[in-house]
Amino acid sequence: MMAVNKCADAVVIGGGVVGASIAYHLAKRGFGRIVLVERSYLASGSTGRCGAGVRQQWGAKLNCLLARESVRMFERMDDELGYDRSIEFKQGGYLLLAYTDREMNQFIKNVELERSLGIPASLLTPAEAKAIVPMLNTSDVLCATYCPTDGHANPFHVTYAYAGAARRLGAEVMTFTEVKGIVVENGKVARVVCDKGNMDTRVVVNAAGPYSGLVARMVGLEIPFWAERHQILVTEPVEPVLRPMVMSFSRRIYCQQTPHGSFVMGMGDPNEPHGFSTESSWKFVVEMAREITRVLPPVGNLKVVRQWAGLYDMTPDAHPILGATPVEGFYLACGFSGHGFMLAPVTGQLLAEVICGEEPSIDITGLNLGRFERGELVVEPSVV
Amino acid sequence: MACAKPASEGARGGCEGEAGARDLVVICRCEDVTLDEIRDLIARGYTTVEEIKRITRCGMGPCQGRTCRQLVLAEIARATGKDIASVAPGRFRPPTKPVRLGGAVAGAPDSDNEGIEGDGGEQVR
Repeated sequence: MMAVNKCADAVVIGGGVVGASIAYHLAKRGFGRIVLVERSYLASGSTGRCGAGVRQQWGAKLNCLLARESVRMFERMDDELGYDRSIEFKQGGYLLLAYTDREMNQFIKNVELERSLGIPASLLTPAEAKAIVPMLNTSDVLCATYCPTDGHANPFHVTYAYAGAARRLGAEVMTFTEVKGIVVENGKVARVVCDKGNMDTRVVVNAAGPYSGLVARMVGLEIPFWAERHQILVTEPVEPVLRPMVMSFSRRIYCQQTPHGSFVMGMGDPNEPHGFSTESSWKFVVEMAREITRVLPPVGNLKVVRQWAGLYDMTPDAHPILGATPVEGFYLACGFSGHGFMLAPVTGQLLAEVICGEEPSIDITGLNLGRFERGELVVEPSVV
Repeated sequence: MACAKPASEGARGGCEGEAGARDLVVICRCEDVTLDEIRDLIARGYTTVEEIKRITRCGMGPCQGRTCRQLVLAEIARATGKDIASVAPGRFRPPTKPVRLGGAVAGAPDSDNEGIEGDGGEQVR
């Protein structure tokens, strides 16, 4: 293909859900000519490989606020984006299980924080948890927390919905286009160099998920950041029998039944090396099967039809890095540490507000890149 | 799961050229995806198996695309004028056959590359 040179007011790098949301919110504000660049197809990376959960139960206030706003946005998303299919948003809740005293004490604190922020979570006895999930094995469960407005959405459809709406507002979506470099002149972003040509621009947003570290290096920025493989499997579909996402931090597992009927489940591995591998392993299926059949025994009867792996974009405090950087015009929306999908709606809105020079609707100055140098980490205790 | 009409049956019905009949041609029997849906997406610029799979679930059911993948490839090739051999077939993901989770519990935990064999989706070990 012949190289074409273009001008843009903003180039968003990364056609996952975060990039698509940012492109949409910039276009909605009339920021000018917006280009979304993706090196493969939309949602081909972490977005399309994620567990598809949406939760508001967190141990850190900022994560609670971001998630709460995202849920509000998911609730009205089909209408707002004029999507001709459905994002399949289902609010079946999240049930978090505590197996240790430490977890229980953390859950008590979390619920207090969540309720103070208007998130309708509550602390449950094992019997109350079993009333919500009759198939739950409650032996060794000390307590649980439950938030009925947490849930699930389809990551592909959310991404395509945002990209489609952005397009209708005049944004250009360039798939199968790879960014090769970013030219900085006098400390300001000047140009994005792609395999299909160059784009002059004054704003670049780095939403490249696990590859954000590589993109940041193109402007000379080192961000404290690593990629880490996480594996998932999906079963054949069956009648609806499990309403909420069931999750345990100490067992490092999560499992939910999607609106389609299939069960999607994943498990973290504390010994997983940093890196970009997305290979699947049989070891994961065995370990996942062992854990999930202890927690939800009837799930053992289901057949796995597919397994895959995706990358978490990890930061030292498991919070995203959002906002401006020392390079003028270069913005970060990365480091979501496994929670980018659920935080994407609000992230798009906040980044668009910051880029357009508006007062952000949630104060995210604590999430900027400078926090690592200042040693002001925002620690999140509740992560799988 | 709904029982879909096999593609061949629709084809026997003489779908080509009959308005409204093409939506009876089922391409993906596991997920009830029709030929009309596939052609509509290709016309809208989704010309890879990976995109069509993610939008429609075509090939994501229990058979993992054993029937529909070839049919979708043929449609993409036809619409884009490419040779079918040059259309990327998309990723094949394990396990190669559905395997019962309860059966996997007994599987070898230390052999990371252990294959899955046996009939009926049971892990044999």
